[in-house]
Amino acid sequence: MKYLDEFRDPVLAKKIVAEINATVTRPWVIMEICGGQTHSIIRNGIDQVLAKEIELVHGPGCPVCVTPLEIIDKAIEIASRPDVIFTSFGDMLRVPGSKKDLFMVKSEGGDVRTVYSPLEAVEIARNNPDKEVVFFAVGFETTAPGNSMAIYTAAKERLTNFSELVSHVLVPPAMEALLSSPDNRVQGYLAAGHVCTVMGLEEYIPIAQKYHVPIVATGFEPIDILEGILLVVKQLEEGRCDVENQYLRSVKLKGNIPAQNIIQKVYKVTNRKWRGIGEIPRSGLSIREEYIDFDAEKKFSVGDINTMESDLCISGEILQGLKKPHECPAFGKECTPTHPLGATMVSAEGACAAYYKYQRLR
Amino acid sequence: MTNINPETLSCPLPIMDHDTIQLSHGAGGRLSADLIDKIFLPRFGNETLDKLEDQATLELPGKKLAFSTDSFVVDPIFFPGGNIGELAINGTVNDVCMCGANPLYISASFILEEGLPMEDLHRIVLSMEEAAKNAGIRIVTGDTKVVNKGNCDKIFINTTGLGIVPDGVNISASNLQIGDKIILSGTIADHGMAVMTSREGLSFQTQVKSDTVALNSLVEEMLNVTKGIQAMRDPTRGGVAATLNEFARSSKIGIQIDGDQIPVKPEVHGACEVLGIDPLYVANEGKLIAVVPDNRAEEILSVMHQHPHGKDAAIIGVVVEDHPEIVTIKTGLGVNRILDMPVGEQLPRIC
Repeated sequence: MKYLDEFRDPVLAKKIVAEINATVTRPWVIMEICGGQTHSIIRNGIDQVLAKEIELVHGPGCPVCVTPLEIIDKAIEIASRPDVIFTSFGDMLRVPGSKKDLFMVKSEGGDVRTVYSPLEAVEIARNNPDKEVVFFAVGFETTAPGNSMAIYTAAKERLTNFSELVSHVLVPPAMEALLSSPDNRVQGYLAAGHVCTVMGLEEYIPIAQKYHVPIVATGFEPIDILEGILLVVKQLEEGRCDVENQYLRSVKLKGNIPAQNIIQKVYKVTNRKWRGIGEIPRSGLSIREEYIDFDAEKKFSVGDINTMESDLCISGEILQGLKKPHECPAFGKECTPTHPLGATMVSAEGACAAYYKYQRLR
Repeated sequence: MTNINPETLSCPLPIMDHDTIQLSHGAGGRLSADLIDKIFLPRFGNETLDKLEDQATLELPGKKLAFSTDSFVVDPIFFPGGNIGELAINGTVNDVCMCGANPLYISASFILEEGLPMEDLHRIVLSMEEAAKNAGIRIVTGDTKVVNKGNCDKIFINTTGLGIVPDGVNISASNLQIGDKIILSGTIADHGMAVMTSREGLSFQTQVKSDTVALNSLVEEMLNVTKGIQAMRDPTRGGVAATLNEFARSSKIGIQIDGDQIPVKPEVHGACEVLGIDPLYVANEGKLIAVVPDNRAEEILSVMHQHPHGKDAAIIGVVVEDHPEIVTIKTGLGVNRILDMPVGEQLPRIC
């Protein structure tokens, strides 16, 4: 398939692997930010063909994994109401809240629907004027343009029965939080290609300089990831810390300006809790005052739900790259995709799910 | 900047067991298997049922019968490439013939929702007539119930099929031998993606069509080469990955698949990429996976290539001694990774 096959070419992939392995002379720890990249790495066995000096650690870039428990509980509370049609991307449905998940709300009679775009949720609101339609707006900068567009569209049409439960997070503050942590091991980043497509590269330059880490915007196919690793390794070996762009076919220096504009019109930067990491200042998005009528937390008065998270799994350390999934004593035993102990096991993009699915042999 | 102390990190407790039936219990993955193991088998189990084949084979004086039942609840009831009616005939014909049986008779029971347009029912019945004719099977008994609006989704169909297993044929998921070859009869994920992309709410249009078709004539051709086919199954819910895992577990043996050999149509591949779904986990309704002795594999393959339902057939893997009960798949980089059983519903990814 055009735009895919050429980035999965096994012959080219093996050439880049050889080049990486010939370049590396010392141990390096590289973090891929995005869960989509984690899956591509494990699915294609990239970590198994690299020289042992290169350690890939898996970053916090899975929106399902980092959504805090209390937001899931708020979603469950809202979705359980008889007057509500609750809409969400598919993989949020299996994430456990403190008592149940959204699938269980559905089996109890709640109207929970999977949508593929937030604008479909607006369409459902348009077609069901007697129901409150709520969209679960989670994700990184990647989904923010569509999710903000949904509110903008609903406002323009004066739809009063549409709202969003927003738990948007931003990548650069999380990268900085990880780098400034005393336990940090990360020496270079593969930045998330799709986030950079929206936001551009400029916000990474001060981070690269301040913490002396190379940052390479990287795509998701095997060739993309191998090229990204090669660029990071070259920088590390040469002692450079630049922001580079591997994902040239998608990422521009300034990003997608109209997409950034719609995000800024509807959302504002706010402090956010990250599951497994805690609150990071200015690391998320919430709805601006002008659009506050579309805020489901206010509309359904669930703002006071505060759930404490239990400490029985190490997904926090995994999200920070401190530990690997198979180092968790529960991995593959008490904790499997059917019975996830942690969010990293729940989502198809979560690091634990990737390990479980593709590598149980080891 | 925030100081992160890993000791204070946390995540929520799981929901260990479900007190109620979830959709995933019907998705053909691990939760479906759990339901059968924990609820049905302990009460209904007997030596025929315990084999967990797609059909029961029953010894009667002078004859070996194959017997299988299936219910069809697909949404939407009309989808690109077919409808619930022909699916109900083809699905049961395929379950019967996967043990090598020649399907002869089928039942058809309908649960209809009040208000179903007569025109829709008529179209469904016409296509069932056509499908039965194509499969060479007769509809010999049936039943109709009508329920209140909202108590079922337009139309549910149950079919039960009966066939005769030829002498000398003994096909079972537990027969796999080291060195056997795995043959897949054609492109995967066509049916699942046709249904998924035609469901309400998915706004992109695709060319993907269901592959629903009866496979008994293909099976007959294959058995004409040799009666020694070891195992055969049609990879419906849970897809190719689920079927291969069922084989590996039943035979307590390993399977190694070469990912590059698995045929996927470009338009199906595209739809899967957009939704973030792995075609290996998506349902098929007109494909089979056969495990055959190494020395007959090429011959069976060339016969399949002559048949319209097997023209894209390929040898996709081999039965191995290593890693019993585990299926591995070779990636483009030459690394073998695990191809696991699906868990439940296939969930499209966020981004």
